[in-house]
Amino acid sequence: MSASWRRVDAIVRKELRDYRRNRFVLGTMAAMPVLFITLPMIQLIAANATRNTAHLGLRIGLSLLYMLVIPVTMPSVLSAYSVVGEREQGTLEPVLTTPIRREEFLIAKALAAFVPTVVIAYAVFGVFLAAGALFAHPVIASAIYAGPHVLVQLLFTPLLAGWAIWVGIAVSTRSTDVRVAQQLSVLGSFPPLIIVALMSLNVIAESTALAIGLAATLLAFDLLGWRVVATMFDRERLVTGRGG
Amino acid sequence: MSPPPAAHTAGAAEPISATSTLAGSTCESAVVVEHLSKHFGDRVAYQDVSFEVGVGEVFGFLGPNGAGKTTTVRTLGTLITPSSGSATVAGIPLSPRNGPAIRSRISMMPESPGLYLRLTVLENLQCFAGLYTLDDVRRRIDRALGAVNLEDRAHDLCGSLSKGLRQRVALARALLNDPAVLFLDEPTSGLDPVATREVHELIASLRERGVTIFLTTHRLEEAERLCHRVAILNTTLRLIGRPDELREQLFRRSVEVRLRAPLSDPKSVLGALPEIEGWEPTPSGYTLTVTDPDLAAPALARALVGAGADILSIAESHHSLEDVYLELISEDVEAKSR
Repeated sequence: MSASWRRVDAIVRKELRDYRRNRFVLGTMAAMPVLFITLPMIQLIAANATRNTAHLGLRIGLSLLYMLVIPVTMPSVLSAYSVVGEREQGTLEPVLTTPIRREEFLIAKALAAFVPTVVIAYAVFGVFLAAGALFAHPVIASAIYAGPHVLVQLLFTPLLAGWAIWVGIAVSTRSTDVRVAQQLSVLGSFPPLIIVALMSLNVIAESTALAIGLAATLLAFDLLGWRVVATMFDRERLVTGRGG
Repeated sequence: MSPPPAAHTAGAAEPISATSTLAGSTCESAVVVEHLSKHFGDRVAYQDVSFEVGVGEVFGFLGPNGAGKTTTVRTLGTLITPSSGSATVAGIPLSPRNGPAIRSRISMMPESPGLYLRLTVLENLQCFAGLYTLDDVRRRIDRALGAVNLEDRAHDLCGSLSKGLRQRVALARALLNDPAVLFLDEPTSGLDPVATREVHELIASLRERGVTIFLTTHRLEEAERLCHRVAILNTTLRLIGRPDELREQLFRRSVEVRLRAPLSDPKSVLGALPEIEGWEPTPSGYTLTVTDPDLAAPALARALVGAGADILSIAESHHSLEDVYLELISEDVEAKSR
């Protein structure tokens, strides 16, 4: 397939403009980071620096886990809307009557959810790091940077977002109702986060090999996701509501 | 109005399908459909449909709800895969592989305008210009907006426009890529009379410019006014041809006579005239089946005056496309109920 990046760009620009003018989307994008940074920061500042290293590690892991909810939930809601939402609005058919290929459409929809999500998630993490450096006890601040936390956060933010996006779009191509799509999409986006959570809570022994394995699995899924979802994207079914 | 392409009608009596080709015409075909069928499981959307649409022709596609019109259009627009048969659209054979190539050469305006309501008119058109990977975008947008008289609304949010204006924006969007075939699916559905007239004028102006238009509608006056030829679909193609041809094909020529009082012996008056093939009484007179109304009317007037009848009016009966349509559909309903 030779994708036309102009077509991808046309959809991405349209989506971003649409987000900007949609108060609900904008409100969610603004409220979610506030919600998910407040608790970690309170935890960070209130943490007892005299406790042992394992305890500190757990607290920091929990704080960072909160922030990983952003790249999971935010794109899953956006991507769940991407196909079924357009269908409900009556805007899908005009787009499908243009020369756009399904892969281009899907990549564009994925990018439109991925870019703002990663920008916001990284920004929140940046604020968290800055707040840690400025307001937290120096022992805690150094504990944040000491372990693999920063690397894990930077690595897993886009990988989890990618997973959530492809799950959301897959659900959206098969769903006939936006609300159902959003619920299923959020549910489907959580499994990898649960593994990360179990690692953070030391239920599963944290190891570099496990982290790399999980990251590699997510990366493979993210890179191949469009191919999988493309097979589910049936123009005829989307337009008529019936199978081909 | 440019002369319509030659048309060949298929008889209403044809049992399964009707065909119409442009054989004998100098026109190329913009759309060629041969024995196309589409089934959704056991349900037949349309069956064994064949016709051609000439370049520059405005082709009306009529039929009741559920007749398969929109499904046919979606098939030709490569949104739906046919169950059997073949077609060529804008010179390209219909196949899933050729989908993007066909869609780049045509435009489709679905029944619902499908605009992004939070985007301006200009932003909507920019998006679609990108999807068609068009060059010289601004000039094309200006030209499309000019064609629908919306130059001054380019920066308005589509959500703030009336239904009629949204339909015009959708038409501008469909014109962006200078389509070889423009498919319009119920373009005046749900519009008030003023907005309907505006859309009709736009379609008429496109017809004057030689744009090939495939117009799906169930507004018969719309088809009669705008289309060179029409086809009537009711799962199968029932009839195809110019509106006047269809009338002649389906209805014998007739004359309506209104009298102050009925004739005492109609057989002796009307039966004596060779131009009159038959008659039926009506509440105010008679409907006469004639070979040629221009010959029959003077002879009839003389005979009626001779018989002492008080003539209120003598006029040729005019059957509209609506009469043709209703006649065909009622035949189908009767056939189904048998």
